Amino acid sequence: MPAAVSRRRSDGAPLPSPSFDLHHVTLSNGLRVVLAPDRSAPVVGIAVLYDVGIRSEPEGRTGFAHLFEHLMFQGSANLEKLEHFRYVQSSGGMFNGSTHFDYTNYFEALPSNALERGLFLEADRMLSPRITEENLANQIAVVKEEIRVNVLNRPYGGFPWLELPPVLFDTFPNAHNGYGGFVDLESATVEDATDFFHRYYAPANAVLAVAGDLDVDETVELIEKHFGGIPKRRRPVRPDFGEPPLASERRAVTTDAHAPIPAVAIGYRVPDPVARLDEHLAGVLLSEILAEGDASRLQRRLVHRDRVVTDVSAYLGEFGDPFDERDPTAFTITAHYPNPESLERILAAVDEELARVAADGLEPGELDRVRTRAVSVLFREMDAVLSRALEFAKFELIFGRAELISELPDRLTAVTGADVQAAAAALSPERRAVVELIAGGAR
Amino acid sequence: MSPAKSRAAGPKPVPPLTSPRRPRKPSSSERTLDNGLRVVVVRKRDVPLVEVRLRVPFLSAKPKHSARATLLSDTVLSGTDRYDRGDLAAAVQALGGDLSASVDADRFLLAGNALATNLAPLLVIMADVLTSARYPADEVTRERARLVERLTIARSRAGVVAAESLARRMYGDHPYARELPRVADVSTVTRKQVVRLHTERVRPAGGVLVIVGDVSPARTLDVVADSLASWDGTGRAERVPGLPSFENGPVVLVDRPGSVQSSLRLGGVALRRDADGYPALQLANLVFGGYFSSRWNENIREDKGYTYGPHSRIEHNVLGSSLVLDADVATEVTAPALLETAYELAKISALPVTDGEVESVRQYAIGTLALSTATQAGLATTLSSLLGTGLGLDWMIEHPRRLAKVTTAEVSAAAAEFFAPARLVTVVVGDAASIATPLQALTRVVPDGQPS
Repeated sequence: MPAAVSRRRSDGAPLPSPSFDLHHVTLSNGLRVVLAPDRSAPVVGIAVLYDVGIRSEPEGRTGFAHLFEHLMFQGSANLEKLEHFRYVQSSGGMFNGSTHFDYTNYFEALPSNALERGLFLEADRMLSPRITEENLANQIAVVKEEIRVNVLNRPYGGFPWLELPPVLFDTFPNAHNGYGGFVDLESATVEDATDFFHRYYAPANAVLAVAGDLDVDETVELIEKHFGGIPKRRRPVRPDFGEPPLASERRAVTTDAHAPIPAVAIGYRVPDPVARLDEHLAGVLLSEILAEGDASRLQRRLVHRDRVVTDVSAYLGEFGDPFDERDPTAFTITAHYPNPESLERILAAVDEELARVAADGLEPGELDRVRTRAVSVLFREMDAVLSRALEFAKFELIFGRAELISELPDRLTAVTGADVQAAAAALSPERRAVVELIAGGAR
Repeated sequence: MSPAKSRAAGPKPVPPLTSPRRPRKPSSSERTLDNGLRVVVVRKRDVPLVEVRLRVPFLSAKPKHSARATLLSDTVLSGTDRYDRGDLAAAVQALGGDLSASVDADRFLLAGNALATNLAPLLVIMADVLTSARYPADEVTRERARLVERLTIARSRAGVVAAESLARRMYGDHPYARELPRVADVSTVTRKQVVRLHTERVRPAGGVLVIVGDVSPARTLDVVADSLASWDGTGRAERVPGLPSFENGPVVLVDRPGSVQSSLRLGGVALRRDADGYPALQLANLVFGGYFSSRWNENIREDKGYTYGPHSRIEHNVLGSSLVLDADVATEVTAPALLETAYELAKISALPVTDGEVESVRQYAIGTLALSTATQAGLATTLSSLLGTGLGLDWMIEHPRRLAKVTTAEVSAAAAEFFAPARLVTVVVGDAASIATPLQALTRVVPDGQPS
């Protein structure tokens, strides 16, 4: 991030705004490319995002988008199994991939002398991953252990990202278990994987972002050399997954065998983050006002004054990243509390605090400090070149413009107290889904 | 997938590496203030922010120290002469900042960040906390109750149970074996004890302040000296016994009924970062299980599918370094996973590693050191930890050269010495009814009690 321009916020204190040098190219096969040179350190971040995630997996194949992500590491057109990992790591780099509701990402952070190698590795699996019966069986076993270590054997493991969507949403794409049921995972076939690849992993359905120590012209040439020969395929049409706000409250109960104390998740369907970004940003600031740190309203009230919860959090986006999903997305409030009888009291307090924001608005200085913090967090998350590549690719994919990141401080500055009041007013009790987690573990 | 065409022509070659560019040496300044605090400032301008890490030595052999220290760190930000808890948090937030306190067996740490232009006010708030934290009685009472709940939640996790059991197996009743306090001890901690601990130990002499960000090092030193001038005194030094040695023995089994996985943990002795043999041991650890392309991971994950991922790592603490191996495996393959682990340990101790393996981990170690210190937060945290164990920026800058010189024979020798099964201890947390008998078929197994 070479330059930072200062802007003024309403109280006159300067708020820095990031300024990035971004370059765009689209290859003839439809691959969208974003380059963000910054030569301050000899490292590069490479990210490839495919426009397919949990919401697009077929019925009867829950968890397939994630299982497929694992298969993309199992060898490709010119690479045997294990070679991808070895080439990245023996070049001094690191790699990973992750599956989200609306997209799947694959990425490397590398010393810049491995830039062409990294591009080759990504292009090779975009051309043709090597999916065999043996690798599929191996990765089904690995994914089952991932689910056991992260969910089944861990208190609050899938709470609430696996527990809330089935209550908050109605349609299969939004409501199903994104990690997958074991029966569905075990039913997956090589043919399923081949079909999924052909349907969703077309170059035209992907964004490639490269950030860091690179020369733009040379990198465009390298990208053309390695990705340009991948045949063009039809870009799949993404269905509209949106669901209207709830008309009446929903409740559900789940039991966690390892959890020692109860927990609650309160979810609301909120406006389309892409089409109604400014309303979405008001929601982001509302989540901070409600639960970010000891100064926030729900922390002051529920943790410090009433002492009914041990912690409380509020966030947008089912993984806690407000810019990770298209419509629909959720506003979520969670809390852990020692006394199982406290649930109604907690819900009443949340409703009261939301109603208070909606009716009385914000205190002097409240919006500005939360906004300053939000901008600072934005910068902090963009510090690593790899995070930068991932963020540019994500904003290009979800919002259609990587440049939007640079505009967020100004957009946040434009949010008014009245906007935050309106966001709070929309989170009314009849619009919420409540999941109560019963503690089944020994104390 | 049918890559038949490209296969027929032979695989495309993987592009070679081009010549590497050296990173710029960061500009830094250092000063020990009149109050005895060592201050290190590094300029790193990638984003207009600044990161702050204030580390104060906190080792103690007192049995209830961990309970008192944890409650201190949970309450230190709950009010000062100028602020109550909410106002303090609001003041930090208005700087685009964050401030948090934590403790481990070695140190008390105040960690923060802010917009770079707000460093001075952040330091003023920190000084306020250091010199006038009030520990209000009702806050101490509430945080004590909250800490008990948090400890209960922590110990409901298999990984925490396993880490505590391994630490007891390695260190007995040494403070390193009771980093997380016992609930019974927390219940007895008084406000007076917490205040006294702050008075005696939260002192500048012996502490280290690291600042990394978009700041001018020389000018920042003056700002720090100015802001923290009112904080003074020397922390009371406490004599803490060295780490006890431990002997290999039977596998310790901790019962966690209904566990769908078993948590395998192995522990051993390692070398400090300034030891001559450390670079070779660091590389041996990577070859064994320290990165994805390691032998252990390629065996029990990528070949057998027993686990989501095994890891081995070297943990550095003030009194010594240790080797820790962990893997969470499906209950039904607990014994086979331990068998494969024993095989890989025996193999790396008895047979030499290859030149190819060493070259791969050498590049990985050099590359990932650069990546992990390429962010302000990463550099600040790494530097604070290095300075806490007597090292510093020089160690970090020179380490790639040390790694470059390590020979394959040195890595093999380090592996033989430190990964020898005879020098490691093993703990397994899992459903004893399912795994005790299969484990007993392999080795001797003894039970371990849960922590109170």
